[in-house]
Amino acid sequence: MVSYQQFMSTVQLGIKTLLLHKLRSGLTMLGIIFGVCSVIAMLAIGEGASYEAQERIKALGSNNIIVRSVKPPDEAREQNNSGGRSRGIRYGLTYDDTARIYSTIPGVERVLPMRLIRERIRFFEIELPCQVIGTLSFYPDIVSIDLIKGRFLSHMDEVYKQNVCVLTTSLAQRLFPYHDPLEQTIKIAGVYYRVVGLVREINTPNERPQSGESEGETLENNVYLPLATCKARFGETLIKRTGNQVNSETVQLHEIRVQMKDHSFVESADPQVRTMLSRFHKDVDYEITVPLQLLRQAEATKRMFNIVLGSIAAISLIVGGIGIMNIMLANVTERTREIGVRRALGGKKRDIITQFLVETVVLSVGGGLVGVVVGVITPILVTSTTGMNTIITWWSVALAFSISGAIGVVFGIYPANAAASLDPIEALRHE
Amino acid sequence: MGDDIEVMALDGVDIDIHQGEYVAIMGPSGSGKSTMLNLLGCLDRPTAGSYWLGGEDVAQMEDDSLSDVRGRRIGFIFQSYNLIAQLTVLENIQVPLFYQGKSMAESYDRCVELAQLVGLGERLTHRPNQLSGGQQQRVAIARSLVNDPLMILADEPTGNLDSKTGLEVLDLIDELNDDGKTIVLVTHDNYVAERAHRVIHMKDGHVDREEIKRRTGEERQKVYKRR
Repeated sequence: MVSYQQFMSTVQLGIKTLLLHKLRSGLTMLGIIFGVCSVIAMLAIGEGASYEAQERIKALGSNNIIVRSVKPPDEAREQNNSGGRSRGIRYGLTYDDTARIYSTIPGVERVLPMRLIRERIRFFEIELPCQVIGTLSFYPDIVSIDLIKGRFLSHMDEVYKQNVCVLTTSLAQRLFPYHDPLEQTIKIAGVYYRVVGLVREINTPNERPQSGESEGETLENNVYLPLATCKARFGETLIKRTGNQVNSETVQLHEIRVQMKDHSFVESADPQVRTMLSRFHKDVDYEITVPLQLLRQAEATKRMFNIVLGSIAAISLIVGGIGIMNIMLANVTERTREIGVRRALGGKKRDIITQFLVETVVLSVGGGLVGVVVGVITPILVTSTTGMNTIITWWSVALAFSISGAIGVVFGIYPANAAASLDPIEALRHE
Repeated sequence: MGDDIEVMALDGVDIDIHQGEYVAIMGPSGSGKSTMLNLLGCLDRPTAGSYWLGGEDVAQMEDDSLSDVRGRRIGFIFQSYNLIAQLTVLENIQVPLFYQGKSMAESYDRCVELAQLVGLGERLTHRPNQLSGGQQQRVAIARSLVNDPLMILADEPTGNLDSKTGLEVLDLIDELNDDGKTIVLVTHDNYVAERAHRVIHMKDGHVDREEIKRRTGEERQKVYKRR
């Protein structure tokens, strides 16, 4: 059997032999280097791309079920046809839905009703568009937000329909460039509210200034009011005038967030909520989002993405492997004499196989190591130049490296066998 | 497959080579001397017949066992030296021991000793391409000795050398024989064969004739003693 020492000196010999033709070995390794590098880099980019989406979904809460009011499409079309007449539609979730969900669906921890209204907020001469969210005191328990200053809405605010509000920090910064927002009074739709707290929504990428300018109004310009206050001050009917049309929409609640006690309840609760709502709503004027399902979908998409990217990269690894095999075959021909001599001096077939296999593996593993280094550097460069999120996972490194090793073995076997099966006499005679 | 015409390279050859003998095999090309050499060197197996080497019939051995026999019992000296280019002098000498599973550390002393014996004690770390033909052949001789073989097979050992270095190499081989090594030398050069105790002339796959050479004491004196 091949002893450890013998194996080590075979490895040494392999390295020595490869160093004899540095350029050739280097070029051969390049194939593997690029292959390993692209496996790691592609998976890192794929991972990074899906990470953000997943984080957003996670911020919705994986224990939650989100039910939103949706304007029924039929109604909307009818409304357009009706021309200049004023028309009111009534749709969406109701307070009764909240109560029904809470009392009938098993595993419900909390049900959070929300009203969402687009308005303009004013503090002296500064007026900004904002999103009014009428909600209850336990909103922070369901939606991930950070309390920055002051307090959130309390139960007493709700009971006494207090004119208090909580602002998101980004809105407050623009509304109060020179004041401490706390205890200031702001005006929304003619009514004054006292600012009692500042919060930051966690799923809001605050570090990106560009989103604050254009599309930030939906996410960051939130004004939280007690639900009862919201109902009392704004009413349930919203009237919109566009040209000669006057449209009114009557919506009790825009969104209901159902928090389940546990992950395990989420999937059973989803169809139950669906069935329950369909009993009481003639039209499907609501939509149900299950973040857990979205998360699973995102994960499935990610997996698919990884497979696609991974196989593209794997193909380049295989091409690299074929390159190695090619060179090794040329090597065998070139070194036929040496093989003959080794056989004459007592080398067995398997010694020759080991020798050539070791050389191939040294090539591919060497290429693999360099590839890992380059592959780890590439995503970092990509991130620093394009700002794209990349995540290098340990398993992609392990995968790429072990594939490179395996390629050395797989693509080394044929040349090694070719070398070993040479007839020693012929090999010795070879010029 | 059926088209292959069976050629008898050797037919009815019966020779004995005794320990300590110096035998030269001569013959024109096509006489079967290469086949003879391959058989003696355990590189090839006879289709029929037997070959006893050191008390073992190696004629029908498996490939691996043959490799083993070659590695342990035979020392090869080739016309074109056949050193391994990427190895140093010392490593080249060690190759047969390597295939017997011995590490460089174990065989270092022996390899150095042999390198000194062939006069290359100063060039242990040189590579073959840094040596002259004569020096390379001496490395090959040292290599053929490293496994303490039963028989040293030399295939035209001076064929690639100029006459002066050729002489030196032949002297070295003589010296080995004087130390009790069995030498079988294949050559077509009469002058080279002169040095052997016995010359086997091959012709058309047969042993044509054998001649016994006797060296006079005078001739023995000519052998340059290196040590």
